[in-house]
Amino acid sequence: MEMLRRMLGLLAGDPQADRAVPPTGFTARLTLMSAAAMAFLAVFALAMSLATGRLADRWSEELARTSTLRISAPADQMQAQTAAAVEVLRTTPGVAEARPLTAEEQRALLEPWFGPDLPVETLPIPQLIEIIEEGEGYDPAGLRARMQAEVPGAILDDHGRWREPLVQAAGRLRLLAWVSIGLIALTTAAMITLAANAALAANAQVIRVMRLVGARDVYIARAFVRRFTLRALVGAAVGTVLGLLAVLALPSTDVAGGFLTGLGFQGWHWLWPLTIPPLAALVSFFATRQAALRSLGEQS
Amino acid sequence: MIELDNVAYSYGGGELFSSVTLSLPPGSFHFLTGPSGAGKTTLLKLCYGELTATAGQVRLFGQDTRSLGRDDIAQLRRRIGVVHQDCQFLDHLPVAENIALPLTVAGRDGAPEDLEALLGWVGLRRQAGQLPPELSGGERQRAALARAVIMSPDVILADEPTGNVDWDMSQRLLTLLIELNRMGKTVLIATHDLSLIRAAKSEVEARVLRLKDRRIQAAGANL
Repeated sequence: MEMLRRMLGLLAGDPQADRAVPPTGFTARLTLMSAAAMAFLAVFALAMSLATGRLADRWSEELARTSTLRISAPADQMQAQTAAAVEVLRTTPGVAEARPLTAEEQRALLEPWFGPDLPVETLPIPQLIEIIEEGEGYDPAGLRARMQAEVPGAILDDHGRWREPLVQAAGRLRLLAWVSIGLIALTTAAMITLAANAALAANAQVIRVMRLVGARDVYIARAFVRRFTLRALVGAAVGTVLGLLAVLALPSTDVAGGFLTGLGFQGWHWLWPLTIPPLAALVSFFATRQAALRSLGEQS
Repeated sequence: MIELDNVAYSYGGGELFSSVTLSLPPGSFHFLTGPSGAGKTTLLKLCYGELTATAGQVRLFGQDTRSLGRDDIAQLRRRIGVVHQDCQFLDHLPVAENIALPLTVAGRDGAPEDLEALLGWVGLRRQAGQLPPELSGGERQRAALARAVIMSPDVILADEPTGNVDWDMSQRLLTLLIELNRMGKTVLIATHDLSLIRAAKSEVEARVLRLKDRRIQAAGANL
């Protein structure tokens, strides 16, 4: 709370003190531009983090609740084996629903590879049964043993084989996005520190005069800190708005589908980018304060 | 007020002066004279804590500067008004704001009429809104004097205050400094201008300190 109070007091500022330090053109532009660029990148890193988070959640939760039973049998036995399998599943604890896919659904699954209007009824392709679990789920080993005895052509796929690497990959992507956000924050701090040091060096004479008339280091530092914090806040706000517009301009998932088009914000996640400008201001506050006090110590 | 006890100052491997002992009691008036390069400006800087002695003890208002931090020194400087040879202004601020700068950094709101009176005292009412580079040498020195006294300091240190002005203006500045001394302020003027010291003779009882050959000589000689 004390830090918040100090920051708000800082932003409210002391106009008289501010006037003592003249604005230096290139450091102002450097701070504004680097804050804007970093905020723009941060919006995308945040979008990536949230999108991969959603992906990981969906793959780990929704797909974990489903599995597929594949029945390979001669055409004349397919219907009987399918009915037998559905009956076994109906009596298996932990199975909420077992539903054989219709010909249209199987055709849709194969469409990306074979194109539309594939006559699946005439092809020797297996029948798929979608299983939706409930509660703690079923016992895969027990179900496999029962299927082997009653439906010899049935193979149970609980999705674990391909789901786990995908969930792991999504988790890694999310981590990478957070690391990127951390690096963006560090780079912002470094750029602002450089700009603050340049401003302090350019104002060495001003600092000397202020000291001679009795200004304490913290008073002099405050004039620089306030200016750089406000610049970072404004620059980051501009970068955030531009980043959000760019995210809005991405193709909709409904149009193209797929992972990349899902890169964006959903629901209340649109509020997350609003944290970027105040965080940039916070980074700037500490970076400039540390640079100013260190530089003033060295100049004494 | 300000005491130097056996002070030495060295830089660049050489000793500028040593064994300097000096005391500025309240209400006293001093001239510090000596040839160029003798160390007058350096001695003044030791007196307001901008430099630290390499040996000996400097006490400002009874406090040993070696034991003080930068912020403590800054606090003490508010009790010392300094007039620099090169004036040292913030060139982007008008004269009035430059003069009021010590009040600003101390977080005090000076009454506008006080500032107006001070500007009148140094004859700069008309120049209040001008920027320092627009002032003449004499006007700059008077503005520097006004800034030095705005906090009503106990001590006024002036480094060659008449170095860049004509005789009439130097007399005017001297008169202002003598007026301040009569108000009870301690004044130390570093100057190589002996005519200024002679001119002050009839007006004020001043001690003349001569800095030569790394020592203060003839300390205590009255004009």
